[in-house]
Amino acid sequence: MWDYSEKVLDLFYNPVNQGAIADLNEPDIAVVYGEVGSIACGDALRLHLKIQESEETILDAQFQTFGCTSAIASSSALTEIIKGKTLDQALKTTNQDIADYLGGLPEAKMHCSVMGQEALEAAIYKYRGIEVEQHDDDDGTLICECYGISEPRIRRVIIENDLTTVEQVTNYVKAGGGCGSCLAGIEDLMIEVQQERATVSARVAAEVAEVAATPLTPIQKINLIQQVLTEEVRPLLIADGGDVELFDVSGDVVKVSLKGACGDCASSTATLKGAIETRLQDRVSTTLTVVAV
Amino acid sequence: MVIYLDNNATTRVDPAVLESMLPYLSDLYGNPSSMHSFGGQVGAAIQDARAQVAELLGAEETEIVFNSCGSEGNNTAIHAALAAQPEKRHIVTTAVEHPAILSVCKHLEKKGYTVTYLSVDRRGQLDLMEVEAAMTGGTALVTTMYANNETGVIFPVEQIGAIAKECGATFHVDAVQAVGKVPIHLQSSTIDLLTLSGHKLHAPKGIGALYVRRGFRFRPFLLGGHQERGRRAGTQNVPSIIGLGTAADLAREHLATVDQERQLRDLLETQLLELIPDCEVNGSGTTRLPNTTNIGFKYIEGEAILFMLNQQNICASSGSACTSGSLDPSHVLMAMGLPYTILHGSIRFSLSRFTTEAEIQQVITVMPGIVEKLRAISPFNNDQSDWLQGRDLAHSV
Repeated sequence: MWDYSEKVLDLFYNPVNQGAIADLNEPDIAVVYGEVGSIACGDALRLHLKIQESEETILDAQFQTFGCTSAIASSSALTEIIKGKTLDQALKTTNQDIADYLGGLPEAKMHCSVMGQEALEAAIYKYRGIEVEQHDDDDGTLICECYGISEPRIRRVIIENDLTTVEQVTNYVKAGGGCGSCLAGIEDLMIEVQQERATVSARVAAEVAEVAATPLTPIQKINLIQQVLTEEVRPLLIADGGDVELFDVSGDVVKVSLKGACGDCASSTATLKGAIETRLQDRVSTTLTVVAV
Repeated sequence: MVIYLDNNATTRVDPAVLESMLPYLSDLYGNPSSMHSFGGQVGAAIQDARAQVAELLGAEETEIVFNSCGSEGNNTAIHAALAAQPEKRHIVTTAVEHPAILSVCKHLEKKGYTVTYLSVDRRGQLDLMEVEAAMTGGTALVTTMYANNETGVIFPVEQIGAIAKECGATFHVDAVQAVGKVPIHLQSSTIDLLTLSGHKLHAPKGIGALYVRRGFRFRPFLLGGHQERGRRAGTQNVPSIIGLGTAADLAREHLATVDQERQLRDLLETQLLELIPDCEVNGSGTTRLPNTTNIGFKYIEGEAILFMLNQQNICASSGSACTSGSLDPSHVLMAMGLPYTILHGSIRFSLSRFTTEAEIQQVITVMPGIVEKLRAISPFNNDQSDWLQGRDLAHSV
């Protein structure tokens, strides 16, 4: 018998948000659904979203699930997690968030949480008109023919969940759980991803060391600050409806102006110190301070 | 109180069985192989138990070898059969055997043996023509189950045995699910080797027996002492052997009244089929064990059904992938070529002589609500569900 948490059993016996959402053609409201799995695989989830278009906010989420105890509980948990969030906030939901909400899942059942995360992505991509199939599966070679799992999906689940064994990959996305002929292929991929990650962290470490070792010229420093703001900080703020612009750099003081939602946001100081200053100290120089103008 | 309808998994130890065992767990602790009369009386009790098991099977005492479980019986039988005719390198078995047969066969394939896995039809039944066609001059062993553990489907073992004999092959039958549920007369049978397991017939776990036809060139699997006439080394599990003997006697008595069990099974089956739309009995239309029913509830998943039943204190089992922890559903139901809509939602109820009509009525009462609740959650309602369109619901066997 599976060792399910109290929360899993509670959401299974008393699921919330089960059902579909009728599209009443209300103004500013979009109703979409995303699907993952199939009856052949033994689990399938259809996630319905009611979205307020002007705010890109999820007003309601409902699920229909064919699957086991933990598949039903994971679906129900997902709808609770994402209700009230903006689409961008919701997209940050990981399968681990779903598992955590449930007080954990047995390792062999982690694929239920992955299914939830994928259905959410499918629904939002569908709303935004992004072809999810092409986005995901056509990009790469098919590794597991039994369950139709592609290389990008396996790579992603390895990276997002810090997986280290082939068995974990099977537990999370089912790949390798059928005939088993792709197990060697998954192992190769696992080694490849681990090597890539090791190389990347070594390169980042080397870059950081280099930056620390050689003092930057003022123009190099300004360029680097601008680069970090553009590449690393702005995308985060834009996702939350805000933005930032570099105003001036004098010595170690970086002057920025906060735009959009950030400008009058109550947590703008936190944004300033947390998101921007920490990042710049980390990537450019530890002596930097950030002020808003 | 628990409603236990998972008797093909294991059964409760009959109180009379336990009673008979107790002296051998306390005062009568002698070694049956000892020369003193203190141990000798235990040896005599084992002989009595052997006679009881032999009688249940319609065999002779000397043909019964006690061992530890059904898996040991199956492993031993296969190895003994191959050792008896070492020049032959071919095995015929079926696609729906227990893992204790299939895993051994897969292992032997790696060692250079050839194995034919006979297919079954939609009812779970074998085709005798296919058995005949599979036989070669090099076939050392034909091994099939008597009755299937998941569906209860009974194979025509005597006809299969006749084909095996004609070709000079040893015939082994895994009768773990059949013993005590159908009458067996080995003296007038084509069976050379037959496996049984104690805990499927109200004896404890950890005891089994292998029937070895008199005159069969048997090679032991476990080497050591001379116990079991040199055919299975190791000091005997005395209390459990005594228990198995008692259980065999009780099973023989029960065979006369097994129709009552069949009636309860039929009541469960017909009522559920009548009350619940879109479900069917897997293995119907052919001979089946009187205690087993395997019902496919379309559009919902088996593990979820089991947890719902569990909440009502009802124990059953499922061949769904999610139950086993593997990702594929039951190899038995897959081999029958059931559509995916049924494959994942099949539940086995297996009764015993302890099952009461009130218990069956309770299942009949709660089951429709469980199915309805899960179908309300499922995105599939019928074969016309939009999500199922354009998909191949049958899978290739």
